[in-house]
Amino acid sequence: MGHAQAMPTDSSDTAPGGMTEEEIAKLPVLSIDSEKRGLSLGLSELWAYRDVLYYLTHRDLLVRYKQTLIGASWAIIQPVMTMVIFTLFFGKLAKIPSDGVPYPIFSFAALVPWSFFADGVLRGSQATTMYAEMIKKVYFPRLAMPLAPLLARLIDMALAFAVLLCMMLYYDINPGWHVLWLPPLVILAFVTSLGTTLWLAALNVQFRDVRMAAPFMIQTWLFITPIAYPSSMLDAKWQVVYAMNPMAGVVEGFRWALLGTDTQPGAMILVSTAVAVLLLVSGAYYFRKVERTFADVV
Amino acid sequence: MTTPAIQVRELSKHYLISHTNDRPTSLGEKVMRSATNPFKRIKRVLSGDTAGATDATEVFKALDRVSFDIQHGEVVGLLGRNGAGKSTTLRLLSRITEPTHGSVKITGRVGSLLEVGTGFHPELTGRENIFLNGAILGMRKHEITERFDEIVAFSEVEKFLDTPVKRYSSGMYLRLAFAVAAHVDPDILLVDEVLAVGDAEFQKKCLSKMRDASHSGRTVLFVSHNMAAVENLCSRAIWIDQGKLREDGPVKDVIANYLRSYATGIGEGSDLSNITEREGTGDVRFTDIQVVDKDGEPGGVIRSGDRIKIQLQYVVNQAVNEPHFGIDFFTGMGTLLAGPSTWASGHTTPNLQPGRGMVELEIEMLNLLPGRYYLSLWASSVGKQDYDLLDRCTVLEVEGADFYGSGRGIDGRWGVMFFPCSWKMETR
Repeated sequence: MGHAQAMPTDSSDTAPGGMTEEEIAKLPVLSIDSEKRGLSLGLSELWAYRDVLYYLTHRDLLVRYKQTLIGASWAIIQPVMTMVIFTLFFGKLAKIPSDGVPYPIFSFAALVPWSFFADGVLRGSQATTMYAEMIKKVYFPRLAMPLAPLLARLIDMALAFAVLLCMMLYYDINPGWHVLWLPPLVILAFVTSLGTTLWLAALNVQFRDVRMAAPFMIQTWLFITPIAYPSSMLDAKWQVVYAMNPMAGVVEGFRWALLGTDTQPGAMILVSTAVAVLLLVSGAYYFRKVERTFADVV
Repeated sequence: MTTPAIQVRELSKHYLISHTNDRPTSLGEKVMRSATNPFKRIKRVLSGDTAGATDATEVFKALDRVSFDIQHGEVVGLLGRNGAGKSTTLRLLSRITEPTHGSVKITGRVGSLLEVGTGFHPELTGRENIFLNGAILGMRKHEITERFDEIVAFSEVEKFLDTPVKRYSSGMYLRLAFAVAAHVDPDILLVDEVLAVGDAEFQKKCLSKMRDASHSGRTVLFVSHNMAAVENLCSRAIWIDQGKLREDGPVKDVIANYLRSYATGIGEGSDLSNITEREGTGDVRFTDIQVVDKDGEPGGVIRSGDRIKIQLQYVVNQAVNEPHFGIDFFTGMGTLLAGPSTWASGHTTPNLQPGRGMVELEIEMLNLLPGRYYLSLWASSVGKQDYDLLDRCTVLEVEGADFYGSGRGIDGRWGVMFFPCSWKMETR
């Protein structure tokens, strides 16, 4: 061990290297002020930290399927198995109508966005506690935490969607021009998931009740969403009220866009979109409001 | 007047702490409270007041209206006791938490290294964590790729790059964390107590990296309990005491004043009679301990090599025959260094009748290196029964001294003790 070099020999060599005023003027300036904290969502900062978002998303995919036998196949197996069970019990046994398309693809078209929502919200709501150690040690835009698991679930959804396409080929279903509605519907699903996740993730920092409540909430939500059954079972006048659950609009929209069911979900999707946007905006502001104390509380 | 690198104005951070004595007094009250509490809590939560969700709370001012400027290129040490607000200051400056009042203006890119393993994710490998951590510290992907080899070389964890960091030793973890932070090339480096962990070799590397940073015009704000390192590295020091700025000035002056205040807290006679965590029959009880320095003054600074006296006051509650007294010296890691006692020294002690008394241990030369040592006290009949046992009830703070007269001092990084010794050299 070279202890000799470890000797603190002199203390006079701390002369600061000078920096000119021009050099200083070029440096980024950061202001933290308890008085002036506007309504900014910090989106430009989130963009500046997009690499962090990328690595957290990447991390989420990695960790989720690390030490599993079949890895990412789980993204497909989960909705497929649910479809099989739904088909057996709701389709065959309970003989629930399926808007004129075969029951398996009827339920699977709904399960694809639903799995995205359910998995995304469950994982996303845990993000703030999952990253507790990082919250306490470093700064990065806190919005990246709930956002990353949702972005990772988009990849999962793409895998499940490939299965859906195969089923459409098998059942010889041609979606026609309606398919153009798919991207906005995916965005609607994302907005709904993000809004819900932001609320739960922010609450979870202080109230671990969320960990208990979230699975139960998702389970209940599954039943008030037309996944195992069509919303056309409801009286037409109730459908708009029903669509206040934004996932109802998403699911019916998916079926209409891909399977050509003759339910016209226009009104439903409008209501769902309004609720989803409200959920996202309120969730984002609530998250931003409480994130300032995350490190003190978590 | 140039723009400062860090400008802190009236910075305050308050925490709400709940009262523990505010317990429900009856079962009925308890039921009522738990019935009404959820609603109160939910109301609080929705209004965003998550800091204090319990009913009876008190404000704790971790940092109270602190203001200072740090110019570009300055290397400043932040001093203070545990809980004084040093870490809170760094947490506020690095945006981990937000201030209750006041403002901060930082000009330049900040790299912060707070405690061990800054923001690593345990499940990810070292390689993945370098990229994640680098991105968090503000590096773009290509910048990390460029410096990747350098970071790995500095951290000395090449072999374990593809192992999840949860399997790393704390030393490896720290090395990697410091390596990333040091290679961010921040304009401003915030460092909290890194030198407390890691081996001497690595500490040396960190110090030299920090010195390089300061030489190339970087600004460094450095928290450490290692006074030698602060004195060596910094030109200026800021002392924070109980959340307030106590002194801001040249490093030597601030350290001297800081150490003086520290010693009074421990050496000036501490009351032992209120300590309840003690063993023994209670026939004899220690009531007070006092450390007297070389000038015969209680409460002075104790330095390596000093002649000191430790005086123990006791009360005899029940007559005892031939009791013996001893003091055990421990390191912070719990290693017993020495256990001088009246028994080992061969004293014949008298039988004690109820009343008060004092026993004094004189150490001719305290050959302990700078650091904190913990003292246990005992009074016993040796072999039959213990009268009083106080496990590590007192801290003995030993400060550095230039024992060998070499102008180089002696440092706690080279062990716990030193010898009164001399060297001879012969060349052939």
